Amino acid sequence: MAVFARPRQAFVIAGVLGLALSAAACGTGNDKGSSSNADSAECAAYDKYQGHDGKKVTIYSSIRDIEADRLDESWKQFEECTGIDIDHEGSGEFEAQLGVRVDGGNAPDLAFIPQPGLLKRFADAGKLKPAPADTKAQAEQNYPADWLKYSTVNGTLYGAPLGSNVKSFVWYSPKQFQEKGWTVPTTWDDLIKLSDTIAATGMKPWCAGIESGDATGWPATDWIEDLMLRTAGPEVYDQWTTHGIPFNDPKVAEAVDRAGTILKNEKYVNGGFGGVKSLATTSFQEAGVPITTGKCALHRQASFYANQWPEGTKVAEDGDVFAFYFPAVDPAKGKPVLGGGEFVAAFADRPEVQAVQTYLASGEYANSRAKIGDWVSANNKLDLANVANPIDKLSVQILQDKSTVFRFDGSDLMPAAVGAGTFWKGMVDWVNGKDTASVLQGIESSWK
Amino acid sequence: MEFDFAEEQPKFLMLMYGLIAFVAVVGGLLLLLDVVPAWFARRREAQLVAASASGAPLPRRRRRREGGMALFFLLPTLLLLTIGLIVPAIRTTLLSFMDSNSNDWVGLRNYGWMFSENSIVRVLINTLVWVLLVPLVATAFGLIYAVLVDKARFEAVAKSLIFLPMAISFVGASIIWKFVYAYRGDGQEQIGLLNQIVVSLGGEPRQWLLESPLNTLLLVVIMIWIQAGFAMVVLSAAIKAIPADIVEAARLDGVSPWQMFWQITMPSIRPALIVVVVTLSIGTLKVFDIVRTATNGNYDTNVIASEMYNQAFRYGENGQGSALAVFLFILVIPIVIYQIRNLRQQREG
Amino acid sequence: MTTATPTIPAGTQDTTAPKTVAGRVRKRLNSRTATLVSIVIALLWTVPTFGLFISSFRPEDEIKTTGWWTFFGNPQFTLENYQEVLFGRSSSSGQLASYFINSLAITIPSVLFPLAFAALAAYALAWMNFRGRDWLYIAIFALQIVPLQMALVPLLKFFSTGVTVGGIQVLPAWDLVDEQKFAQVWFAHTCFALPFAVFLLHNFISQLPGDLMEAARVDGATHPKIFRTIVLPLITPALAAFGIFQFLWVWNDLLVALIFAGGGNETAPLTVRLAEMAGTRGNEWQRLTAGAFVSIVVPLIVFLSLQRYFVRGLLAGSVKG
Repeated sequence: MAVFARPRQAFVIAGVLGLALSAAACGTGNDKGSSSNADSAECAAYDKYQGHDGKKVTIYSSIRDIEADRLDESWKQFEECTGIDIDHEGSGEFEAQLGVRVDGGNAPDLAFIPQPGLLKRFADAGKLKPAPADTKAQAEQNYPADWLKYSTVNGTLYGAPLGSNVKSFVWYSPKQFQEKGWTVPTTWDDLIKLSDTIAATGMKPWCAGIESGDATGWPATDWIEDLMLRTAGPEVYDQWTTHGIPFNDPKVAEAVDRAGTILKNEKYVNGGFGGVKSLATTSFQEAGVPITTGKCALHRQASFYANQWPEGTKVAEDGDVFAFYFPAVDPAKGKPVLGGGEFVAAFADRPEVQAVQTYLASGEYANSRAKIGDWVSANNKLDLANVANPIDKLSVQILQDKSTVFRFDGSDLMPAAVGAGTFWKGMVDWVNGKDTASVLQGIESSWK
Repeated sequence: MEFDFAEEQPKFLMLMYGLIAFVAVVGGLLLLLDVVPAWFARRREAQLVAASASGAPLPRRRRRREGGMALFFLLPTLLLLTIGLIVPAIRTTLLSFMDSNSNDWVGLRNYGWMFSENSIVRVLINTLVWVLLVPLVATAFGLIYAVLVDKARFEAVAKSLIFLPMAISFVGASIIWKFVYAYRGDGQEQIGLLNQIVVSLGGEPRQWLLESPLNTLLLVVIMIWIQAGFAMVVLSAAIKAIPADIVEAARLDGVSPWQMFWQITMPSIRPALIVVVVTLSIGTLKVFDIVRTATNGNYDTNVIASEMYNQAFRYGENGQGSALAVFLFILVIPIVIYQIRNLRQQREG
Repeated sequence: MTTATPTIPAGTQDTTAPKTVAGRVRKRLNSRTATLVSIVIALLWTVPTFGLFISSFRPEDEIKTTGWWTFFGNPQFTLENYQEVLFGRSSSSGQLASYFINSLAITIPSVLFPLAFAALAAYALAWMNFRGRDWLYIAIFALQIVPLQMALVPLLKFFSTGVTVGGIQVLPAWDLVDEQKFAQVWFAHTCFALPFAVFLLHNFISQLPGDLMEAARVDGATHPKIFRTIVLPLITPALAAFGIFQFLWVWNDLLVALIFAGGGNETAPLTVRLAEMAGTRGNEWQRLTAGAFVSIVVPLIVFLSLQRYFVRGLLAGSVKG
């Protein structure tokens, strides 16, 4: 503070700082210029994206950590060949912060939005740019119509899907099953019978966890959605996610109670963690891990759970852990699959942004990303040979299977206040002992 | 160990720019305020000299007006407050009367929603619990501790330990306490301290953060844990500042320690108490990270600031989020009125 | 009683010695108990932090399966957590070193600016005569309650699109990239800190003896001169006190940095990184514990070294003198 007591002194200091500054400025002359090597052989595939050398495209997503590293790697060659600099930023606060940035006039060029509901909100508000013709062509060519409808608002396509995941999986330990002589169930009744058999041995068959930071509750909503698809069928499911039927419809209650026969059954849960209530505080990342220590046998979770196993766990049909398809309740109604994924939506329509958007919708990108590992997409150009992980392979097979009835994660389709709000919180209360009727009533009343 | 220091250089450069800007702005402002009036004073002096030389009547000395000068002192603050807080506050108030997309006016609907939705009423009640408990308990604790530790041998160390949590972020503190409240099933080894204590006393481990209303109190404990140090340091300083002769005189009058505390200590540290309670109350009303990190507002633990964030940013319900924010403004009015009274007394006294 | 010790100057002798032996013992006991109790409380207060500290040196498996107190029965010590958190280069480990520098670059100017501006404002509000000054002070005080969450969007708009009044661009957009974004964070933190800073410093400055100011005015000193030569030296402790507060607040802030600095390692501070680690890696306790401690170290050093001023500053501000 004494600095300001004597103005003259302040100037001296400013002068010294200035000198230091210019000295430092000399030291930072290594500004990276554009460095596209468009003429090399491996760049031939990127010819149609050329002409944007030195441009920058920002991408915002909820993808972080190792997954973010892999993203950067997946478009590295594209960047080198086209000279476009892709600046990806992943944040755990993605859903909330994207809104803030868009409202604040600081939107990213592209965003990987995992919730069609959120995408619709931005599209309705006129913030999103419709997918350019090239992107649209790629998207229609490469992705099933089932998927594109989720990024289509009022007849306009706003972006192509990117990564996907299959949620209708039950994880188990092939080793454990073999030792104990259990077999993988293919019907709902078999699944319950197996659970009873396991419970009779004194072990709790199921383990689950719905704690996930500020998204706590979502794993339970996946259960409900999977069962809605199974007990009520895809058409009712669509009505449910669009509020065509009320949230407390008897059909929903039936699905929730059906989930309750497992999740709220003290004999069945929660292997390795305690009683039913421990579901609420067990993090979804940890929830399936007791399978590796033999403390539980079954864990219903999406394909991406493959990344959560402790180091050294072999994920394979003959390995330490693997997953089987979550059986249908009524096999006559077909084989419904619940899944999720993200969509590449654009807030800018500069040519280089469109180039990146089109590239991300292409088969080349899907294969480039899949080669790096642990990635699934509904992109039908995706070559199974590039998918190393057996569970990913299984997922891709299911997604590309023409007979699959695919439905998107329902909570991601609902308005955020429900899908990422009262539905999550309602499930937490439900697991924590509240009865089905009042939970559903509460969620219904919040849906306006 | 592949940490490349050269990459960090632009940051230091930027920091230096910042410091230069600081020196330029603040130094410049002071210089300006110093030079300009001095120049006017010199001119006035010259006028006076000239006037007296020519025998003309002296120009009337103007009444000292400080408004202009004060404006310069206040200028940076007022400018920044307008951009950073006043405009947003007005905007928020307007938004609270609009729908979720801020397109149409909806009158008082958002406020109606606030008081009719059970879960939100719960949020309001929780906030009330917080704002009553935290300042009260933290201040009381701080005061008692300040008295206890006064002149004790380990005073400095003990005070530092109590103050330590202040240096930890709310998020960090919540993580620490989540660790304390952690739960493992009956029969397994506990990793949470609280459950370990319960188990070793023969009890059953409990899911602390799930049991309402106990869980709200457990979260309040985190806030008190953080803020008690602040109360203690301020109050301890105030106690030490009580003039020794007053204390002596009272002691010689045979005043009991109890009377001493109420008749001498309390009145003397009243201004300090006010600072502490006001600061803690406002801080508590705005508490956000603790609830978010520890329970994310589940299990009936949510408070206004956190629900407001959810409504406005996660659910896209701008109107409802803003209404909650406005309710926060309203809650602080009693404190403001109290502050006005204080200021009046101070000006008179 | 009053006549019992009239000749002994206060402070040179224990004038408070109780008359009776029992009284003496009780007083002894009391102060002993008081000391004991206060030490026990201080230790209890530290237990949660201590647990985290111990955990940060334990191997991953141990942290996840057993309580930290078992460390004493079965000490397994490792520095790996710190190594990984501080210097690991893959984005899944911490890289905290880089974020650490960001935190410093954000914090220092964010403390200095509000400090200077608030001191000027507080002086004007306390010692200059102009109309409406009390109401202005109350208004600034009340602004403390504006939740900064609600200020994020308008402020971001201010940075990214500038200010337009009636279609005319009054102020341009800032258009900052990479480390230049620090400036936005400084600006935002300064705005948010001012109400509390003015409140605290006004409390202090208004209690300075009035005759001191009057004397200076009589000598012909102008307000800027009084501010520089008389007020500033006197309020150094208060400035230090608020400085610490603001330092702790900025250093520990998550939300402001998240919005105005972005999440990359060019600009994001430690807290943003820590939150990311907790979020994606909710179960990676070993990284969290070590990371948390890295972020605590600096505020702790600042606090301990400035503690003296802190106490004095607040003290003088809150007690009439």
